[in-house]
Amino acid sequence: MPKLSAIITLTSSLILGVGGVWIAYNVDMLPASASINAPVYDELYRVLFIIGCILFIGMTALVIYSLIQFRRRPGETGDGIDLEGNITLEIFWTAVPAIVVLFVGLYSYDIYDRMGGMQPLMHDHNGHMESQNERVWGGIGSGPVEAASSSNSSSLPIELTAMQFAFIFHYPKGDIITGELHVPIGREVSLKMESKDVIHAFWVPQFRLKQDVIPGQPTILNFTPTKKGNFPIVCAELCGPYHGGMRSNVIVDEQEDFDNWLRENSKESI
Amino acid sequence: MTSIIPKEQSSENKKDLSTEEHEDFRLFGLIAFLIADGMTFAGFFAAYLTFKAVNPIGPDAIYELELPLPTLNTVLLLVSSFTFHKAGKLLEKSESKKCQKWLLITGALGVAFLVSQMFEYFTLPFGLTDNLFASTFYALTGFHGLHVTLGSIMIMIIWWQTRIPGGRVNQENKFPFEAVELYWHFVDGIWVVLFIILYLL
Amino acid sequence: MTISLKPNNSPPERLQPTGWLKYLSFSLDHKVIGLQYLVCGFLFYLIGGSLAGAIRVELTSPLSDFMPREVYNQVLTLHGTIMIFLWIVPVVNGAFGNYLIPFYVGARDMAFPRLNAVAFWLIPPSGLMLITSYFINGAAQSGWTAYPPLSITTPAAGQIIWILSVLLLGGSSIFGGINFIATILKLRRPGLKLMQLPMYCWAMLGTSILVVLSTPVLAGTLILLSFDIVAHTGFFNPSLGGNVIVYQHLFWFYSHPAVYIMVLPAFGLVSEILPIHSRKPLFGYTTMVFSIMGIVVLGLVVWAHHMFTSGTPPWMRLFFTIATAFIAVPTGIKFFNWVATLWGGKISLNGAMLFSCGFIINFVLGGITGVALAQVPFDVHVHDTYFVVAHFHYIVYGGSVFVIFSSIYHWFPKFTGKMLNENLGRFHFIITFIGFNLCFAPQHWLGLNGMPRRVAEYDPQFQLINQISSVGALLMALSTLPFLWNIFQSILYGDEAGDNPWNALTPEWLTSSPPPVENWEGEAPLVIEPYGYGEKNSNEPQEVNK
Repeated sequence: MPKLSAIITLTSSLILGVGGVWIAYNVDMLPASASINAPVYDELYRVLFIIGCILFIGMTALVIYSLIQFRRRPGETGDGIDLEGNITLEIFWTAVPAIVVLFVGLYSYDIYDRMGGMQPLMHDHNGHMESQNERVWGGIGSGPVEAASSSNSSSLPIELTAMQFAFIFHYPKGDIITGELHVPIGREVSLKMESKDVIHAFWVPQFRLKQDVIPGQPTILNFTPTKKGNFPIVCAELCGPYHGGMRSNVIVDEQEDFDNWLRENSKESI
Repeated sequence: MTSIIPKEQSSENKKDLSTEEHEDFRLFGLIAFLIADGMTFAGFFAAYLTFKAVNPIGPDAIYELELPLPTLNTVLLLVSSFTFHKAGKLLEKSESKKCQKWLLITGALGVAFLVSQMFEYFTLPFGLTDNLFASTFYALTGFHGLHVTLGSIMIMIIWWQTRIPGGRVNQENKFPFEAVELYWHFVDGIWVVLFIILYLL
Repeated sequence: MTISLKPNNSPPERLQPTGWLKYLSFSLDHKVIGLQYLVCGFLFYLIGGSLAGAIRVELTSPLSDFMPREVYNQVLTLHGTIMIFLWIVPVVNGAFGNYLIPFYVGARDMAFPRLNAVAFWLIPPSGLMLITSYFINGAAQSGWTAYPPLSITTPAAGQIIWILSVLLLGGSSIFGGINFIATILKLRRPGLKLMQLPMYCWAMLGTSILVVLSTPVLAGTLILLSFDIVAHTGFFNPSLGGNVIVYQHLFWFYSHPAVYIMVLPAFGLVSEILPIHSRKPLFGYTTMVFSIMGIVVLGLVVWAHHMFTSGTPPWMRLFFTIATAFIAVPTGIKFFNWVATLWGGKISLNGAMLFSCGFIINFVLGGITGVALAQVPFDVHVHDTYFVVAHFHYIVYGGSVFVIFSSIYHWFPKFTGKMLNENLGRFHFIITFIGFNLCFAPQHWLGLNGMPRRVAEYDPQFQLINQISSVGALLMALSTLPFLWNIFQSILYGDEAGDNPWNALTPEWLTSSPPPVENWEGEAPLVIEPYGYGEKNSNEPQEVNK
């Protein structure tokens, strides 16, 4: 009867929905979250995972159910039902995905903004764009545009040069050159990056941030670490035979320990 | 409702495509090919325009392109399209000798274009690898020049084919002629776009 | 104007090779060419699959200890290039397209039979060239994406051969596309309207439009890249004033539609298979047509979602996020329609049906991760990681390859006149489905947790999952054995198939198996309802195979 099938559809949809949410909150597929940016990312991940679970389990269940329920039993002849279409149903499953997709898109825009993706192009300090070298692409991670801009005084500027097959960090303050990234916890870091040879990428999974490091065009990545520890920096763009071995570390310290490190390693007196 | 109509009930009187005679759609195929070819040029144009916008090579490095020679080239090609068209009209009327004359003129104009282009290449102050603008310039004009070369050769072949008494290209067998003509108009059109984007903008 | 063209402009009968030799000849028969594409493609699948096997063996340990690092990069480059350009694109387009389209439009052959043969014969030399480049001076090692400056700084010979090979394969694809458009639009049997065509024709029409519009842009790009390599121009070389991002835009302008070129024909094939084996009409014919066209249009404007971390302005990233996400709508419609086609049917659980249903399940997962990847903030973390590898393998393997297997099970009787063994087919499906999911599902976790792609060495914490994935790959490799055994056994000793073992309605089943050279004895049948299944339509007792 139509009523029974309606009840079954509704109930199974509810179970699916609740199940999807439960799975998303209990199946953890992400690494530790160590930047201001990471929880925002994880929020988006969770929403996408919920929608994905519901859709996947639902479709798979329908297929398997059909294969079992509507299979041809031995000795059966004849065709299935003569169903060529159903306008209402088709409108439903055009409209609903369109709305879901629109929602996901707008929600992602919000997440993107909260992660700092809407930062406008950075120009050089004078605001001019004289030559190609001054053109810098803003990477994600700076925080919302209304918040403090990347060039405010509390942001720690560091320069990264990537080459086959190492990351070289240069701290302008103190003129420190090091292969590992030391940063203080809770303070924004502004990484200005360029490659010496081929395209590399700077990726810290625990920060949920990645930006290609390109020859001939500086790129910027901003982040604020929120957890102490030692996190991997992974090159995430094929750069040659040793691409897999091109890794480094970002060491997040308390402010004092960081200051000590800075003092010990700087070439000039600060 | 039966979905298969038995042979006896099929009362279509139109040409049966499954036998020997059918519409000549080789021109349709050529048009599809020219769209594909056009997209290759589109890729080059897109690259050129993007480079121009994003990779400025400095005020001293952009060379002012002399316009007289390319303008002559444009005129040569446009006129050649007209002469080709005229030759086509003559072919329809089976005036084979006059058609050949205009075909020859078209081919000559094509060759003149190539000679003029070569002359421009020799007098330009920059080479292929001098800078990004130079490279893109030679890539674009070179690729187009290749098409003109191919087209000119094909015009000569068509000319030869119309020349043979009882030749293979005539009023009945028009397709080779129409095909080369369409190709030539395409090459001409690409040049106009190239002239505007490369020389005028 | 009409011309008198013999539909099969081949040499006289006595000069044509007969028997299996005709498959090694420059035949103009679309059926021969179709099978040439299929067998040639499958051979390249085995080669590309061996390369994948080598990759999975290397990845069983976190160190780079199975092969030299340069070799590993060549292996992964060739694996991708072969699978895309020598297996999937030629088979879903060239093999099934060439064989089936003339039948579906009611013609004796394709519009341009000689162009057809040329298009096929471009493939074996290009593939051979690509593979032998490894033995000469090393193959290309910058990935199938060949990003400069890496592709300009690695050894030139291998990269140039790669470029040449891809240019030839692209040309083959374009010739095929022109042929399909002309055949579908111009060669239809009198009385047959566009909206009466089987869905595979619409899929091939859409695909061919994409081929003709986007492949030439790749050709142009690779020509410019080759100039950078041999002539030291600076199109994409920053040290000479060039721009690497422009390469990426140009490359992906083709390579995104390329994935639809690999998947849309598969969608078309599934639309043919499901109605027949569930004895129900295809659900929602008109919307299926519109969704194909929607995918074609949208597919041309979403390429930069491959470049979210490259260095593009925020407004561009946002545009491509929204556009990409919207492709999910017409694609989703198709999947709902296929499930609705199954619903209420009389389903035969044979190889063809099982692989098509496996396709639905796999592709839904791949499509979901695709919508996730389309969101810029999500992609920022997983770009260029094993999450992406998992996503696209669910699409191309779980999607297109599953459909290729399904199609082989479905049309083998027509191609050869023999039936395949269905028990072996079910066994093949189970091993493939388990192996495939075991191999690629865990890779989502690997990507999310920090393993990049195109690496031979990785963080040791990922070793167990990598080993599980490699076991899955082993199963996938082993699954080819029952399949190949089935094929050879059946060709030699299989049951006679007869004209129409599936009791189907589309034109290829209304003639002998294998069909005669002119496709039908006498006039081509006019089928105006290719999906006229369903209880109300059965006007004769149905004889259905298991």
